Amino acid sequence: MRKIVTSVIAGIGLALACGTSVRAQDKELTIFWAEWDPANYLQELVNDYTAETGVKVTVQTTPWPDFQTKAFTEFNAHGDAYDMVVGDSQWLGAGSTQGHYVDLTDFFNQHKLGDVMAPATIKYYAEYPGGSGKYWAIPLEGDAIGWSYRKDWFEDPKEKEAFKAKYGYDLAVPTTYAQLRDIAEFFHRPDQKRYGIAIYTDNSYDAMAMGVESSIFSHGGDLGDYATYKVDGIINSKEAVAGLEMYKELYKFTPPGWGKTFFVEDNQAITGGLAAMSMNFFAFFPPLVNKATNPYADVTGFFANPAGPDGKRFAALGGQGISVVSYSKNKDESMKFLEWFIKDETQKKWAELGGYTCSQAVLKSESFQNATPYNKAFYDTMFMVKDFWATPEYAEVLDQLNQNIYPFVVGGKGTAQEALDKTAADWKATFTKYNRYK
Amino acid sequence: MASVALTHLDPASRAAARGWSDLTIRNLFIIPTLVFLIVFNIFPLIYSLGYSFTNFAANRTEPWQFVGLQNYRELLSDDHIWSNFVITAKYVIVSVAGQMIVGFGLALLLNRSFPMKGLITTLLLLPMMMSAAVVGLFWQLLYSPSWGPINYVFGLGDFAWLSNPDSALYAVAITDIWMWSPFVMLLSLAGLSAVPQHLYEAAAIDRAGWWYTFTRITLPLVSPILLIALIFRTMEAFKTFDIAYTMTTQPTAELIAIRLYKQAFQQWDTGKSCALAYIVLIMVLAITNLYVKYLNKVKER
Repeated sequence: MRKIVTSVIAGIGLALACGTSVRAQDKELTIFWAEWDPANYLQELVNDYTAETGVKVTVQTTPWPDFQTKAFTEFNAHGDAYDMVVGDSQWLGAGSTQGHYVDLTDFFNQHKLGDVMAPATIKYYAEYPGGSGKYWAIPLEGDAIGWSYRKDWFEDPKEKEAFKAKYGYDLAVPTTYAQLRDIAEFFHRPDQKRYGIAIYTDNSYDAMAMGVESSIFSHGGDLGDYATYKVDGIINSKEAVAGLEMYKELYKFTPPGWGKTFFVEDNQAITGGLAAMSMNFFAFFPPLVNKATNPYADVTGFFANPAGPDGKRFAALGGQGISVVSYSKNKDESMKFLEWFIKDETQKKWAELGGYTCSQAVLKSESFQNATPYNKAFYDTMFMVKDFWATPEYAEVLDQLNQNIYPFVVGGKGTAQEALDKTAADWKATFTKYNRYK
Repeated sequence: MASVALTHLDPASRAAARGWSDLTIRNLFIIPTLVFLIVFNIFPLIYSLGYSFTNFAANRTEPWQFVGLQNYRELLSDDHIWSNFVITAKYVIVSVAGQMIVGFGLALLLNRSFPMKGLITTLLLLPMMMSAAVVGLFWQLLYSPSWGPINYVFGLGDFAWLSNPDSALYAVAITDIWMWSPFVMLLSLAGLSAVPQHLYEAAAIDRAGWWYTFTRITLPLVSPILLIALIFRTMEAFKTFDIAYTMTTQPTAELIAIRLYKQAFQQWDTGKSCALAYIVLIMVLAITNLYVKYLNKVKER
């Protein structure tokens, strides 16, 4: 018995010793992100860093619906599995106030990143609380809601003529939500298995909320006052109600069974020849210009989110900044990596690989704007973005919004006013619970 | 039985040669299991009971406070939670009833000899061997109004099974019936094959009809094992998470386990979710107890 116990303990000890010695010998950094194309581009980019410095960098990914849960499970356990995380903009509140992220303010000021990165990306991906001058992330992947559409359907002379006869104006890329709605209605022909529009309706994370808030923002509404946490009279204002009603209106022209859709389904709506227009984050557009993944690649166009009735034009912000995890054992090494990442040539390479750089210089360059059919729309969008709540309790706030708007949009239950009144009441209760009204 | 085996340690065995007593061997087998159970089951169970009386949130650094029964009070007066329970009850009734009918029906059909019986039985068992998440994803495709075969075969046109708030829950229940009927079938088949053949022969001599034989011989003799299947399936259906979570996000199909997951791991409301988990546990225990009491009665007969 003693022999067995001794050998087992020795075995475990040996295994541990081997494990730790391997870690000590080679420097390794792990970046955590969601599973999508940009993460693959980032892995390609960081391979250069490995070649330059010998430090191995691994981009670890997990599917989108698990991304938040997995990251925060690790943070809450104070785990050191990830040295850096490319976290959603909404995480900044929790990341900074709960001590999960390293304060990057000095790094930010020292490298004058305020002048290097696009203003919206600093405001939403890096700074928390808003306007405080405290920075917790380096903008890494810019992203926002945009649209893809079937150019061949739009340019068909017969369709153009029929559209003009029905609506009294020319069929073209929509510049207002009213036009977006008309075009969706016009192309909605279930008997031909053709549908008007594809929008986000998945409410397991933030997909549907991003679609709805884009419409609310463009209709002149807001989610609340992010500084004072006032929500009543803002999220349920008549502008916000009009925005939500418009989203519900658009849902009428989606393909059948469009009740749990996110980026995969919305891209399928184009690649499968189902819909005339499809909402998606810009980061998901690369497969649409690739003939191997989209048989209609040659006839797919892109446009920025349209304006509301008063000419206000906004789009929901996606995208992420890269933060250093405060429980990492390689914080110094991570800072060195960030110094490399913000270099102009790295940012340029990042854009070339397909990453959405936030560097102003690269964004403004002709070569970037002409590199893909959607880069110009992306550039336009990045100057009209707004984001969701970034408070530490944002997950609770998001769930409450989902609970209230989903039955209205997809289930057709109640009215937009009722859904948003209930949201205002729920949010107020949540913010009261967390002592936000001091 | 176990003690008999333990007292007969073969003196020539290697264990005996090393001087291990029966007690050592018994401990060697039992202690790791006990330690595992205590560390991973019993300790968290008690610990989470403690948490359920606090406002502890795993994602916050602020100190937590003891709040007494507040979590339980809030949960039991929350309309959302009650609607989750009603949804779960509907789901359990539909899916377990469906599984019992389909499973037992299949077992009756299979309880005779015919060519390739073994192969057919094995094929029928396949659904329950698959991962629930995979089953959910597959059925999501099968139900798709655009390219799914279900609407095509039944001529349902554009009927959106999962996007329609009234049908989503039943669509998930049908999937669960498909997946777990084989389990009921397997248990029923075991019960059916254990019915002594001479009872049927005696009934045949007495010229008893099929229905009479079924209600007086088959059903009473199989019912204990059917009840066991019922207990297992009710407990499992009450806890269903994976199939429903992968198939739909309809609030009308949000089972209590999904609400619990969201509260615990998306909102990180740890204290309250512990309380909710306890409410669910107590409900499952109560239902199981009712069944077990009834099972004992049936066995006595």
